[in-house]
Amino acid sequence: MRSLIDILDLSPAEIDELIAKANDIIANPVKYAEKCRGKKLATLFFEPSTRTRLSFEAAMYELGGSVLGFSEAQSSSTAKGESVSDTAKTVSCYADIIAMRHPKEGAPFVAAQAASIPVINAGDGGHNHPTQTLTDLLTISREKGRLDGLTVGFCGDLKFGRTVHSLIGALCRYQNIKIVLISPEELKVPSYVKQTMKKNGIEYSQTTDLEASLPELDILYMTRVQRERFFNEEDYLRLKDSYILTPAKLKNARDDLSIMHPLPRVNEISVEIDDDPRACYFKQVLYGKFIRMALILKLLEVE
Amino acid sequence: MRIDSIRNGLVIDHISAGKGMEIYDLLGLGDLDCTVAIIKNSNSRKMGKKDIIKIDAEIDLDLNILGYVDPGITVNVIKDGVLVEKKTVDLPETLTGVLKCKNPRCITSTEQELKHVFKLTDPEKRTYRCIYCETAAK
Repeated sequence: MRSLIDILDLSPAEIDELIAKANDIIANPVKYAEKCRGKKLATLFFEPSTRTRLSFEAAMYELGGSVLGFSEAQSSSTAKGESVSDTAKTVSCYADIIAMRHPKEGAPFVAAQAASIPVINAGDGGHNHPTQTLTDLLTISREKGRLDGLTVGFCGDLKFGRTVHSLIGALCRYQNIKIVLISPEELKVPSYVKQTMKKNGIEYSQTTDLEASLPELDILYMTRVQRERFFNEEDYLRLKDSYILTPAKLKNARDDLSIMHPLPRVNEISVEIDDDPRACYFKQVLYGKFIRMALILKLLEVE
Repeated sequence: MRIDSIRNGLVIDHISAGKGMEIYDLLGLGDLDCTVAIIKNSNSRKMGKKDIIKIDAEIDLDLNILGYVDPGITVNVIKDGVLVEKKTVDLPETLTGVLKCKNPRCITSTEQELKHVFKLTDPEKRTYRCIYCETAAK
């Protein structure tokens, strides 16, 4: 039995296999419509989410399976003080696979150790979000036709942005990747992310200037400054509008740039950009469902 | 200065000078009933000065703690007055219950029964990271 807690739990070969499976699902959805008949996915969301939870649920329904769970901690026994381990053991009695989101970092890892069924980390605080990373990799692969030889810019909250940490970790395993980190001083990537890049010999630079960085990018990965990660409201208010992508700022960007965003967005990408052919954040949402279908099949060992 | 040799017990040798008391406390040697001797600033050919701890009883030692605090240490096991084993301690791969994760967002901050476990991620810089949230130990 396997769980997915960190994107690095998957080898690059396994990621390629998942991308190939997702592409096959996109091409032949009917072939997969009954693959998980009789199987149940438990979505344990201790923190609000729209995309990730609905995407997991849609993925399971499209595989012919069913879904149970909760979407906030207050409607679970956690409100009575139940531990993550006990919740995981309990849910193992009812479901075949768990997707868990939790505000505390490491909670899905704790659940995976206690559960007797596979656990998928659907986001743990500012730490990891491997299925978003799989979504991002599928999106990059479909948009660019490759996962190597790319210059990827990450912009916004790189300190608490778990999607950024996970994607950088995954990209470090591909060839000729260059990473440009664009953030305010206070929201730079944590040291362990830099350590990962150094260890893998990845060329990276840090800057506060989005516009100056744009011309060299193949991919611009925008992120939201997340209110829920700040202990201090003043810090959030000071930093929330650090970067807003507008058509004017895109003037110097390449025609084949792909603009990605894990969503939700607040105001960091102007809505005028939604119609720009370089915007692919809503395609990203759609791909998220397909890659989660591929992952559920893999972890449930359904051929 | 003379300290009697022990018949059955342990000699923790090659402790960096000045770290003897820290190790004494970390290992909880103050709780033992047997004779325990701390020798500070003993002359050492290899180290110049070193600390030594002698414990006059056969006890289980957490070598992981020793490796983390002072990786050059050797532990000599004495039986019937004879040295029967000499253990060297390296930086441990895992530390359980030695360090505490200080990250307020870590699951260990709310679930008290979870053991604090750290893994060695960079032996050169002696960096240990929490296995739950990957925050480096300070």
